[in-house]
Amino acid sequence: MQKLIKNLSYIWNKFKNDRKSFWDELEEQMVTSDISINTASRILEEVKDYVYRENINNLEKVKSSLKQQIIEILKCNGDSKLNISSRPPTVFLIVGVNGVGKTTSIAKLANMFKKNGKKVLISAADTYRSAAVEQLQYYAEILGMDMVYHQKFSDPGAVVYDSVEKAKARGTDLVIIDTAGRMQTSYNLMEELKKIKKVICRRIDREVDEILLVMDSTTGQNARNQAELFNNSLSLTGIILTKTDSTSKGGIVITIKNDLNIPIKLVTKGEKLEDICYFDPVRFTELIFS
Amino acid sequence: MFDLLTAKFEDLFYKIRNKGKLSPNDLDSALREIKLALLEADVNFKVVKEFIENVKAKATGEKILESLTPYQHVVKIVNEEIIRMLGSSSGGISFASRGPTIIMTVGLHGSGKTSSVIKLANFLKTKFQKKVSVVAADVYRPAAVLQLEDMAKNIDVDVYSENNSDPVSISVRGVELFKKSGSDVIIIDTAGRLHIDENMMDEIANIRNKTTPHQIYLVLDAMTGQEAVNIASSFNLRVGCDGIILTKLDSDTRGGAALSVYYVVKKPVKFVSNGEKIEDFDIFYPDRIASRILGKGDILTLIEKAEKVVSEKEAKRIEEKIYRNELNFEDFVAQIRSLKKMGSIDKIFSMMPIVNKSKIFKKVNLDDSHLSHIEAIINSMTEDERRKPHIINGSRKKRIAKGSGNSVSEVNKLLEQFSKTKQMLKQFSGLKGKFNLPPGNF
Repeated sequence: MQKLIKNLSYIWNKFKNDRKSFWDELEEQMVTSDISINTASRILEEVKDYVYRENINNLEKVKSSLKQQIIEILKCNGDSKLNISSRPPTVFLIVGVNGVGKTTSIAKLANMFKKNGKKVLISAADTYRSAAVEQLQYYAEILGMDMVYHQKFSDPGAVVYDSVEKAKARGTDLVIIDTAGRMQTSYNLMEELKKIKKVICRRIDREVDEILLVMDSTTGQNARNQAELFNNSLSLTGIILTKTDSTSKGGIVITIKNDLNIPIKLVTKGEKLEDICYFDPVRFTELIFS
Repeated sequence: MFDLLTAKFEDLFYKIRNKGKLSPNDLDSALREIKLALLEADVNFKVVKEFIENVKAKATGEKILESLTPYQHVVKIVNEEIIRMLGSSSGGISFASRGPTIIMTVGLHGSGKTSSVIKLANFLKTKFQKKVSVVAADVYRPAAVLQLEDMAKNIDVDVYSENNSDPVSISVRGVELFKKSGSDVIIIDTAGRLHIDENMMDEIANIRNKTTPHQIYLVLDAMTGQEAVNIASSFNLRVGCDGIILTKLDSDTRGGAALSVYYVVKKPVKFVSNGEKIEDFDIFYPDRIASRILGKGDILTLIEKAEKVVSEKEAKRIEEKIYRNELNFEDFVAQIRSLKKMGSIDKIFSMMPIVNKSKIFKKVNLDDSHLSHIEAIINSMTEDERRKPHIINGSRKKRIAKGSGNSVSEVNKLLEQFSKTKQMLKQFSGLKGKFNLPPGNF
C-alpha cells in the first residue's frame, strides 16, 4: 500500500493563501487513490466543516480529522472477524471476478485455519477454468487437506453438495468453496452462484456463514460495481482485499464501505501462504497516512 | 464497457443539442460533466486535466457558429480529443520480415495473460493462417503450465514446457525449438509479476535479452484504476513494451485505463479481449471506441463481426426484406442462429448506434438463454406461420404455446417484440445507406 496523500505538508502551504486550491488538491489526491468522487467529497465536507467551525490552523489537526473520517467509514458496527458456526461444518463461499486471486486467497485462508487446529475441506467448484482444480490440488496437497472435486465442466452445485455432505460425514470444521471467476454483469453466471448458495443453505439448514468477495486492490472505480452486483445476488458478508503489496492505494475499500456498507474482512499480499491477515481499519488508515 | 461514460455524454449532449448558441456557462458546465465522467471512468487524473484544457482551448479558440451547431462542434472536439488520447493508429500486429515473429506477454498477476496468449494464438491462426506455438515460462503459479497446455490443445497449438527449470532457459530453448520446427509466430507466456518487484522485472528483462522478441505486449486489466499508468510505465521502462492487450472488457468497466495509458506512456492498445470464449478477442480501433463513448455505437466492429458469420448474400437478402418490411420468422430464426455465433446478445446490442439504449431495451430481456425459448416457439410454428406472421390468431397461438412448452403470453410477447424489431430495423436501414448487417433480432 502506498500513501493516500503525497506531500501533505507541501500542499498544506497553500492553505493559508488559497484555501480552495488546498481542498481541491486534497480531493484530487484522494481520487487518485481510487476513492470515488462522491466519497472523497463526503469526507472532505466533514473535514472542512470541522476546520471552519473550530477555526483550525494546524496541519496535524486537519490530518487527524481526515484520518478520523476514514476510520469512521471503515469501522464495523459488529465484529469484523469471520463467522464460525456453532454447528460445524462452517461454510465459506468465495466469489469474485476473473484473476483477482480467489484460489490463492483460499489456500491462505485454509492455512490460517489449519494452523489453529481446524480440520478444513476445500471444495473445487470452479469446474470451468483450465487447470483450476489442479492449482487448488497443489495447495491441498502441501497443506495436507481434504479436497472435493468433480470432472471439468461438471455442475458446480453438485461439487458443493458433495463437499458439504463429506464434511458432515468426516466431522470437518470448515468448508471453503472456490468458485469460477465471473464478471458481475454476466446474468447466467450470477444465477449459478445463487444456486450454489441455495444448495449450501439447504444442506446446513442456515445462511452461509461467510460469503466473501475477493477483490484486487489495483481495481479502479469498477470495484464498486463488482461489490454492488455480487452483493445484490448473494448478500455478501465481507471482502478479501488482495495484492496489497502493489503500489495502488486501495482507496476503493473506503468507497465500498461508505456506499454499500460491506466490511473488509481480510487483506492478503504476495505469494507466501502466511501473507494474510484480518483487516484493521485503524492500522490501514495509519498505513495510508504514514 | 464504457457504459456510464457513454450515458453521461449522451445526457450532456442532449442538454446542449437543442441550443443554437453555446454560452461560456454551457461550455463550463459541459466540461465539468466531462471531467467527472472521465474520472469516474478511471481515466488518470493528469490526463483528465490535460484533456479538459485541450477541449476548452479548442472550443473557445475556434469560431463556433460557422458551419456546425454548437452541439456538433463540441462533439467534434471531444471526439477528436478522445481519439487522440487513444492513439491515432489502430491496433493489430506487424510480423517480422524474416523468420518467425517472437512475441512476449508480460503483466501483473491475474491480468489475463494466459487466456490472452491463447486467444491471440487463435486469432493469428484463424485470421492470418499463421503457425503459432507457445512457450510456457510461468514456473511460479501452480498449474499455470497445465492451464496453458489444456487451452492450447483446444486450438491445436504446440506448447513448450520444462519441469524444474528457470523461465529464462525455458524461453531460450522453447524459442530455439520452434524456430527450427518452422513456426511463424512464437508467443512466450511469462508469469504474473508486480511492476515494483526488482528481481522479477530483471527476469523478464533477461528473457527479452536472450530471446529478442519482436513485440512485447503488456496485458492490462481494463478494470485497473489510477495505477494503470504507473504499471504501464514501469513495464515499459524495464522491458520496453510495444503495445497493450486490454482484457476483461466484457465487464461493465468504463475502461478509462485504455484512455490514459496511451496518453501517458505513448503505447497503443493493440488488442482487446472481451469474453470467456476463445473468439472473444479483436484488434483495437480507437476511433470506433471514441464514437462509442459518444453514443454513436460501435457499428464498424459489429459489421465486421457479422461478416465473419453471415454471408454477404444472405445479408443483402435480409437487408432488402427489411426495406420492404417483409421480415418473417424464418429469417428471424436464421438470425438467432448467426447471432449466437457472434457472441452474447447484450454484447451485440452494446455496439448498436442507438441513443438511449437503456430506455429502449429495458423491456427486452437480453439474456442468452432467452434465445433458446424463442427458437423453440418459432420451431413450433408451421411454415406458413413463419412466413406470414400476421396470420397467427388466437387458436394458432395456443397451439404454438403448447408445442413449445411456453405460455400464450410468452408467444404474444415474442410476436410483439418481433413487430417492434421490424419497425426498428426499418428505421435503422433508413439511417444507413449500405447496411451489410444482419439485423439484431428484437
